Amino acid sequence: MVRLFQFALVPALSLAATAFLLSPIPVDAHAAPAAAAPIVRIENFTFAQPVMTVKRGTTVTWVNGDDIPHTVTAKNLAFKSKVLDTGDRFSFTFAKAGQFDYFCSLHPHMAGKIVVKA
Amino acid sequence: MPADEPDERRRGFLRCMAWAGTGALFTASGGLTNSIRLDGALAATLPRQSFTFLQLSDSHIGFNKAPNADARATLREAVAKVKALSVKPDFIIHTGDVSQLSKDEEFDDADQIIREAGLPVFFVPGEHDMLDPDGGKAFRTRFGKATHGSGWYSFDHRGVHFIGLVNVADLKPGGMGNLGAEQLRWLKVDLAHRSSSTPIVVFAHIPLWTVYREWGWGTDDGGEALRLLARFGSVTVLNGHIHQIVQKVEGHIAFHTARSTAFPQPAPGTASSPGPMKVPPEKLRELLGITSASFVRGAERIALIDSTLSA
Repeated sequence: MVRLFQFALVPALSLAATAFLLSPIPVDAHAAPAAAAPIVRIENFTFAQPVMTVKRGTTVTWVNGDDIPHTVTAKNLAFKSKVLDTGDRFSFTFAKAGQFDYFCSLHPHMAGKIVVKA
Repeated sequence: MPADEPDERRRGFLRCMAWAGTGALFTASGGLTNSIRLDGALAATLPRQSFTFLQLSDSHIGFNKAPNADARATLREAVAKVKALSVKPDFIIHTGDVSQLSKDEEFDDADQIIREAGLPVFFVPGEHDMLDPDGGKAFRTRFGKATHGSGWYSFDHRGVHFIGLVNVADLKPGGMGNLGAEQLRWLKVDLAHRSSSTPIVVFAHIPLWTVYREWGWGTDDGGEALRLLARFGSVTVLNGHIHQIVQKVEGHIAFHTARSTAFPQPAPGTASSPGPMKVPPEKLRELLGITSASFVRGAERIALIDSTLSA
């Protein structure tokens, strides 16, 4: 049973990852003109880049690659996504320097951190 | 609502036992034998007071990905099984994740399908039922009228006290399920004047005990609720959330989680995540199911029988 599951999961994930590399990532109109908009992928009930360091003004985008919905919720409530179903995205522009801890409000053991440098 | 009934203190002399109805558990607990024989004899004299109720869980209406493209269809099959039972249950409890995304049409369809059973239904929300902008109001409007706080309540049925708890509201970063101080205060008051011989059934979405911390399968302050229940002779805790059967008996408390009607999840730690198990179509119904609970007056125990949609 376990083996079956893992078998099926691997192609599903690599498909998702491929789709992502091929498609340009839309960002908000007011996003900083960064060369590469940073992405935090949500997969396997984890934030795949659990700690990310960015410059002030950067827009970070989260993409849910799981079959189960998740949210991106700042511990200090500086940002909170709507529920993200499979393939849904959420972006936030970090205008202030500091450390932003966040989690999934549905599965609170999922945690991540954005460090914003001035 | 089931009728209220005063406690029957004459049952106090009985040694109260909660058990989960599998042969494995039964034979593993040698100490149960005498009490079951005694209970069986008493039950024979009081058959008219026995009753059954049914647990549905994790119907995830709106889920449409592998391994189940139509969670509505499998919920309909589960309800058909309920309707076909030879002993009609007095009511159904649904232990949450009624919907996938808390959408109105998901709640409406679930409601319509479950009502087909023609039985009273008591719901508690899962985390998937809290996704509307008001954090669970849509669920409570339909399924949780006259409940407290985020949707908890209790009721009595034929001398058994049923308590529906909510451990999916206001979850804390890094934590698991959470009941919160207000609900625990309410529970303390709710239990305060009840005789320890009152059989108790507690139902909530996420397991009240820690099944697997790494996947958040537990309730951070569940231990506080269990302490309040410790003096009762027969406590049965029914949960969902993990889409598989896990059970244990600890003292007078029997813990049991039900199968989903939508999709299975892997056993703790056996996969890279707790996401849906992508089983082949012909295997799916062997891993989905319902739980039937039988209460026999005098036996002070609740027998739980899980059956799959394929059976």
